Amino acid sequence: MSTSDKPETTLHRFLANPLAVVGAIILALIVLSSALASVLAGADPAFSAIRDAFLAPFSAGHPLGTDSAGRDIWARLLYGGQISLLGALLALVVAALIGIPAGLLAGYYGRWFDSVSVWMANLVQSMPGIVVLLAARAVLGPSIWISMLIFGVILSPGFYRVVRTAVINVRGELYVDAAKVSGLRDSAIIGRHILTVVRGPIIIQASLLLGIALAIQSGLEFLGVGDNSVPSWGNMLNEGFRSIYRAPITLLWPSLAIGLTCAALVIIGNGLRDALEERGSSSARRGRRKNVVTATAAMAALPAVDVDALDRDALDEAAPLTRPGVNTADETETIVTAPLADLEFVPEPAWSDSTPLETPEPDPSAVLSVRRLRVGYGSGPHDKTVVHNVSLDVHAGEVLGLVGESGSGKTQTAFAVLGLLPTGGRVTNGSVLFDGDELTTRSRASIRELRGTGIAYIPQEPMSNLDPSFKVGSQLSTPMMRRLGLDKRAARTRALELLDRVGIREPERTYDSYPHEISGGMAQRVLIAGAVSCRPRLLIADEPTTALDVTVQAEVLRLLRELQSEQEMAVILVTHNFGVVADICDRVAVMNKGTIVEQNDVESLFARPRHPYTQTLLGSTLEGGPSRIDLDRAEAEGAHR
Amino acid sequence: MSEQLLSVDKLGVDFTRRRTTFTALEEITFSIAEGETVGLVGESGSGKTTIGRSILGLVPPTRGTLTFRGEDITHASRTKRRELSRDMQVVFQDPYTSLNPSLTIEGILAEPLRAQGIDRREAGRRVKELLDRVRLPSDAAGRLPREFSGGQRQRVAIARALALRPRLIVCDEPVSALDLTTQQRVLDLFIEIQRDTGCAYLFVSHDLSVIRHVSHRVIVLNRGKIVESGGVEKVTSDPDDPYTQRLMMSAPLPDPGAQRERREELEKLRVDSERAA
Repeated sequence: MSTSDKPETTLHRFLANPLAVVGAIILALIVLSSALASVLAGADPAFSAIRDAFLAPFSAGHPLGTDSAGRDIWARLLYGGQISLLGALLALVVAALIGIPAGLLAGYYGRWFDSVSVWMANLVQSMPGIVVLLAARAVLGPSIWISMLIFGVILSPGFYRVVRTAVINVRGELYVDAAKVSGLRDSAIIGRHILTVVRGPIIIQASLLLGIALAIQSGLEFLGVGDNSVPSWGNMLNEGFRSIYRAPITLLWPSLAIGLTCAALVIIGNGLRDALEERGSSSARRGRRKNVVTATAAMAALPAVDVDALDRDALDEAAPLTRPGVNTADETETIVTAPLADLEFVPEPAWSDSTPLETPEPDPSAVLSVRRLRVGYGSGPHDKTVVHNVSLDVHAGEVLGLVGESGSGKTQTAFAVLGLLPTGGRVTNGSVLFDGDELTTRSRASIRELRGTGIAYIPQEPMSNLDPSFKVGSQLSTPMMRRLGLDKRAARTRALELLDRVGIREPERTYDSYPHEISGGMAQRVLIAGAVSCRPRLLIADEPTTALDVTVQAEVLRLLRELQSEQEMAVILVTHNFGVVADICDRVAVMNKGTIVEQNDVESLFARPRHPYTQTLLGSTLEGGPSRIDLDRAEAEGAHR
Repeated sequence: MSEQLLSVDKLGVDFTRRRTTFTALEEITFSIAEGETVGLVGESGSGKTTIGRSILGLVPPTRGTLTFRGEDITHASRTKRRELSRDMQVVFQDPYTSLNPSLTIEGILAEPLRAQGIDRREAGRRVKELLDRVRLPSDAAGRLPREFSGGQRQRVAIARALALRPRLIVCDEPVSALDLTTQQRVLDLFIEIQRDTGCAYLFVSHDLSVIRHVSHRVIVLNRGKIVESGGVEKVTSDPDDPYTQRLMMSAPLPDPGAQRERREELEKLRVDSERAA
């Protein structure tokens, strides 16, 4: 793996954002020139010469002119920057010192500290900041440092809330549990595992709070309740405002300084957020596997299909092929068992010589006839083919198993037939004939017409495929009203019949339940009921039992078998489980790295697997294999010999 | 009988949420001897994961006692737990979330070693040994978890569990997120490590065939209670308990003929149980 393939860092992504870079440069210039005020100013900011009052910019010795007291504006701007920025920084540091530890403790330990600190944060946030600062000034006198100290306390819930939420999110991660079991002290866990996660949000929050502190501080001074003995941007605003009719330009310089600084901080904050979130989203995508296809898509009968949601599921399947960074070194997996090594050389698709599918011509008697299907992602030099030359037929009343490991292209093939390939994916070659109709050249809209009545779909994750905000009943009956033209009452009756048919004991109750009120097995039955509700000719089931308990799986398979023979459906069952294949399939196509390596009827495939990959897969199933006692006995005999 | 490493006696765990109490485990009693694998099988909600987590100190037991090497660890303090981590480790189910995405493999593996006060150089040497042990290339040390496949990440998680040379490893569904061929290789690695190091496993899984492959003794759980326990041969091929029978018969066999027979037997069980009800 070359270093150029390495995922780019947050800094790289930040630097690639031109706006953020401009913001950073502006802020750096402002900070630097304030820091170097004694070198750059050329005049004493407090030196007053009444004779020189209100000199115009570019006067001799006064590049930005002078104010009402004849003081050099350029010098006051630079020295004022020191005071203003340091004041804002003081507020930020105080807010961070209070907010971050409190957030960490509340988020990590919870319990009473959490309740008390949330209550305190609410209290602080509900107090009007300006009023508190005015009161403090009245009691403690005008000092920018005291007011910024107090303002820091007022700002601290900003940090507290962000940190607490982030910590609560990572606290439940398995790697935090693993660290506990590894014997790490809480302080080490917080430092190593928790702070790394909350670091990003803290930095972003800091840039925003700094801007707020600067703005509030200037606002106070502009109102004249600040400490006017020191030069600061807010004091300069105040003075400029008082002489707005005589020399309006004196108001411009501090406004510019404050405005530019605040704008730069906001831009930097946004840039940081974008840079960090890009990283976050990619890892979240890998973490959250196999999810969300809405029920409407699942039942495939409503015209509106959440293709975006489908994307994630499908991309996951494609991930090992499409993302160079993810699947780097599978070679170490293959080192372990030598026989797998020769699988690197996958021959041309076996359908051309070893299957009943010799004919390259589409089979007119089949419900679905796929020929030389190729699916690719992207275009140009970076395009990736995830399905190569796939040909298969499914007849009415037949169940075809599409078997393979993750990344084999089985789900991609199914989605290509459904016309639901994720963004960036397309059929680059071949044909898909459904009842004699070519699907690859049809528009998405016209394929949509087919869903439900022509082709239906059962997803893997039943729970995430029902919309949590609608009752089960409406999710079942709406598609039937749209597709079959039933009225509300008829759709309800039919939905209840279907629920009864899929073995749900109290159809009425389930009909009126929300998805969270039913179990995973029930949800899958509901989705199956939805899929068969419009009597489709072809049913595509993508790992329909993988997320279910094994006893529930057996029942769902029984149901699928019954429905399939009742309705004479053609079924494509995508699975990785050879037991499921043996149980329900008539024919099997084995996929590896985007090609079908072997295709045969189910009896022959299990009795005489021809392709070495099929043999390896069948050899890896544990079901019906030796027990640990057998293994130990064999090992002992081996050692004895 | 060989020396008991861990004894679980009448363990019970309640979870309280919004003032309603839910009993996750009841009257769980079993023990694990040095060097053996005890398989814990059950479906979702059976409480199998909770048993592992309470042994590890991640879930406080409500009732009963846990004895590890003759010492009562039921309510061990955090300090005591840190000590115990030398002897008791874990491999979690999900290889995607059990490794901190922002640490390198070396950082992950050195963590338990450093926590026990082993110096940096020695830790580095041990990390190389561990990678070798789980058959990952030694240049893996400098890489991030996301650069590895699921099976490889699970090898990293196994290496982390082995780092402190524990006597007991709780394996919580460690192969259920893996592909078929990867799954078998990882299971064989578990067995090989056990033969070499003599550590004991509490192996938690929903899959009876996985349990059969790695366990010497098997415990079947249903709704927080033990329904059957015994030697692997007996429990996984000729179980007495009706639930275990159903569990076994529900798993389809990768052989169309044999599966047809199994399906018919399952159907018979189903009809019988419906008649009984």
